[in-house]
Amino acid sequence: MAVFLIGLMLFYSPLISLFEGTRTLAGVPLLHFYLFGAWALVIVAAVWSVGREKE
Amino acid sequence: MIGAPLIVGVSFAYLGLLFALAYWADRRADQGRSVIGHPTIYALSLAVYCTAWTFYGSVGRAAASGFGFLPIYLGPTLVALLWGSVLLKMVRVSKAQRITSIADFIASRYGKSHLLGGLVTLIAVIGVVPYIALQLKAISRSFTILLGYPEVVMPDPAGEPPLWGDTALVVALLLAAFTILFGTRHLDASERHEGMVAAIAFESLVKLAAFLAVGLFVILYVYDGFSDELARAREVPDLQPLLSTSVGSYGDWFGISFLAALAVLMLPRQFQVAVVEIADERHLERALWLFPLYLLLINLFVVPIAIAGKLTFPAGAVDADSFVLTIPMAYEEPGLALFVFIGGLSAATGMVIVETIALSTMVSNDLLLPSLLARWRGLPPEADISRLLLLIRRGAIVAILLLGYLYYRLAGEAYALVSIGLISFAAVAQFAPAMIAAVYWRGGTREGALAGLAAGFSVWVYTLLLPSFAKSGWLPGDFLEHGPFGIALLKPQALLGVEGWNETTHCLLWSLSANVVAFVLVSALREPNAEETAQASAFVDALKPQRSAHLALWRGRAEIDELIALAERFLGPARARAAFVELARSRGVEDLERLPPDAETVQFAETLLSGAIGGASARVMVASVTEEEALGLDEVLDILDEASQIRDYSRELERKSRELEEATAELKAANLRLQELDRMKDDFMSSVTHELRTPLASIRAFSEILRDDPEIELGERKRFLGILVSETERLSRLVNQVLDLAKLESGHAEWQMEELDLKSVIEQSVTSTSQLFHDKGAAVFQALAEGEARVLADRDRLVQVMVNLLANAAKYVPAGEGRVEIRLESGAGVWRVTVADNGPGIPADDLPIVFEKFRQSAGNGEKPIGTGLGLPISREIIEHFGGRIWAEDRPEKGATLCFELPWSARP
Amino acid sequence: MSKRILIVDDEPHIVIPVEFLMRREGYEVAIARDGEAGLEAIRAQSPDLVILDVMMPKLNGFQVLEAVRADPALSSVRVLMLTAKGREAEMKKGVELGADAYIPKPFSTHELVATVRSLLEAED
Repeated sequence: MAVFLIGLMLFYSPLISLFEGTRTLAGVPLLHFYLFGAWALVIVAAVWSVGREKE
Repeated sequence: MIGAPLIVGVSFAYLGLLFALAYWADRRADQGRSVIGHPTIYALSLAVYCTAWTFYGSVGRAAASGFGFLPIYLGPTLVALLWGSVLLKMVRVSKAQRITSIADFIASRYGKSHLLGGLVTLIAVIGVVPYIALQLKAISRSFTILLGYPEVVMPDPAGEPPLWGDTALVVALLLAAFTILFGTRHLDASERHEGMVAAIAFESLVKLAAFLAVGLFVILYVYDGFSDELARAREVPDLQPLLSTSVGSYGDWFGISFLAALAVLMLPRQFQVAVVEIADERHLERALWLFPLYLLLINLFVVPIAIAGKLTFPAGAVDADSFVLTIPMAYEEPGLALFVFIGGLSAATGMVIVETIALSTMVSNDLLLPSLLARWRGLPPEADISRLLLLIRRGAIVAILLLGYLYYRLAGEAYALVSIGLISFAAVAQFAPAMIAAVYWRGGTREGALAGLAAGFSVWVYTLLLPSFAKSGWLPGDFLEHGPFGIALLKPQALLGVEGWNETTHCLLWSLSANVVAFVLVSALREPNAEETAQASAFVDALKPQRSAHLALWRGRAEIDELIALAERFLGPARARAAFVELARSRGVEDLERLPPDAETVQFAETLLSGAIGGASARVMVASVTEEEALGLDEVLDILDEASQIRDYSRELERKSRELEEATAELKAANLRLQELDRMKDDFMSSVTHELRTPLASIRAFSEILRDDPEIELGERKRFLGILVSETERLSRLVNQVLDLAKLESGHAEWQMEELDLKSVIEQSVTSTSQLFHDKGAAVFQALAEGEARVLADRDRLVQVMVNLLANAAKYVPAGEGRVEIRLESGAGVWRVTVADNGPGIPADDLPIVFEKFRQSAGNGEKPIGTGLGLPISREIIEHFGGRIWAEDRPEKGATLCFELPWSARP
Repeated sequence: MSKRILIVDDEPHIVIPVEFLMRREGYEVAIARDGEAGLEAIRAQSPDLVILDVMMPKLNGFQVLEAVRADPALSSVRVLMLTAKGREAEMKKGVELGADAYIPKPFSTHELVATVRSLLEAED
């Protein structure tokens, strides 16, 4: 549940606007990294919290 | 040059492979060795969410509007995290009530209403058939494009191929045949289509692989990595918007995510694979993160591919939608291009098959069958209905696919087709308020759901569907521009002056608002009736342990023969009889004919039938057989004092009607039992008093001795005190057990029920009794079945039972050479635990009485140790969990105690 | 000559204090652990007094009592029932069957000793 709320925050709050614009990291726009990185993070968090519940 | 025969040949080979896979999986399922028991397969089957629209259309959208394609996948990712609770409830209640489709779900929840089911079906069909057409279009377009290899030529929208030469038609018919073969073999639709699920999971892998292949190809072969690609992109001015990497308007970003989050469950095909086809609710855990992972992977390379496409093809010449296919073609990789084509084919066919099965089930169960029933006034005239129903379903499949093809032919390149994806989403999103309220709100009524759906659907039609027709030229565009009759406030895409929003978000806002408001207001107009309340409990409380079946609210007479005959008509003689035999066995009745035609049996029949024909129809059929009398709400109200909460209300209803039944029929039996109970109570009381008095006497005697005689020597004094203490302990143990037993028997015990693994209970109890065994020099052996043994029980109590059995074993085994074996096995719907020792055993006559209070088997003449209450308490506990406990007769010596508990989930 | 007392009871934690009390009074004590053994011991040793429990395996106290009273050779044996079964009906039964005294558990040690003493003295 908590993971859901965090995810909500990550993707739908003004946090995103931080990463907009044309700044790049290793030639790749920052937004790219952020979107997919945050996505992956959310998935990992989900796996972790599922594992926690099972115990 | 890739010739048509090659493409066709490979396609057929692929489809043939799917055929074979599905067939094999179905055969394995029939043999009882299911192939789809793996949670990963469940998660992959959910990926049918990604259709040809994902495969081709994501890139198209990305090329046009940057990250605008992403929310369609982010929304479902986030909502998947909530599945543990929401989806779990839906799954559980759907399994319990044999719900076969989304229309069935909504209809069953709100009073088993046919009207509601029909409306849902209608909305689903209208909303989704165009989406099917889109898939057919994708297949045919990609085929045509591929044929042009190595030239990349867009198919000419104006030239339509003749009917007989149209690939899309052939594909549509082929898919119809495939779907029929594996979706409609028999009629109990709540059985899962294992073959189909296996094939779908495989297809998900194929489309993912194809997409990833193109992505990698682009990044690694065409360019030297992503940064290289970007560097080149920057040199081209009109790619700037793509690279500015903004997520676009927030309203859209959020709105579309929200929409997709709803659609991932409300789309008929999604409900089908997520709820109806699920093999084991434990698979949800893995799907929770595996599905988002899949979405992540399949979207990873969308932007690189889009950029590559724009760089490779001069602006406008090639549709962005086809980049995935045309890029390999442009770089002369025929193998990759073919692979991509198959990937797209995979995505499209997966969607079509599952969606068609789901829709045809709804059409047959919730649309056609009720009207047929109405025409025949209840009972169908023919003897064997099952074949008729199958025919209806197959016909529906063919019809739906042909409708899809028709729409595709008519719409062509029209605007209506291209954007139909989101339009479909918005249509099925109308189910969301009713569905979510179904499992969280007890207040919804049938009229409320009808009102909500009707309102939402109408708004959808007005703000999205009609405008799409207008934009593709089927309807005059005036009302779009200026509002109907010139009323600007009612402009379909800017209602009440809300302008400038993306049309989908706009529609979503208004349609869902109308839906929810109508739903809540109309539901509040009247209290939910008895049926709705009962269903509300079943749905909302689906996660709480169900002790007794919901038997109430029914009074009527039924002949068992008629019930069986009814079932045979719809399920076929063999399956119907098998089900009833199983019921008889579980109720301890030998012959089918001797099954009591009471509420429980009727309920069983109803549930059985609803698997085949839907909840509402099953109700009608059973009602026609049982000459039902509706329980008058007023009568009951007079009996009740006041009903403040709906929940207490329905519980009271259940209790009262049950009491009435029992009182009239069993007065005499009750009398007899009372006398017997009185006698038992006397026996019990005298046993208890005796058992209490003995240690008390000992305590008193020693106390007096120690008090009166100051000159007892120290050793003896210590000894006496020691016995004093131990007798005190014995006494309090006994008192606790008596109280415990009294609590259990009178129903005042508190239970903390949870789903737990029997193995951990066994482990815990072995650990806590290890000292006992050690002291006796006894060895404990365990032979446990594989996997988790999940049951629903109170952990502490269950441990209490195990410890009791183990302690008994420890008591009775011979010192020094004791052997105790603990076995855990799976039986028919139960887990069986056996504790066997090599002690003196229990004489055959005593086998039943060891569970009686204070009866102890004194096999070898020695005074039995312990209180004699351990086993009766254990029995109360086990029976409370719905199991049974008994002692077995064994030819070899030694006592064998066994208990069984029902599975909480299939192992 | 000291009197001989036979205690017939299957509960060790009752036998121990009763034995202690009887020994302290100077009597000789023998013990039987169930009804059958008790009856045998009565026949074999002819004790002066039997302290008899009711709830026992093999033969219960009432059965033993009946057997003893049915045997004229044992008419001089005094029987004191010491049992947790203390209801009116049971006490009546005991007396009817021929018990000389009936003390319910939990018992007072004083009462037990006094009753034993009086029963044994009455004999003389």
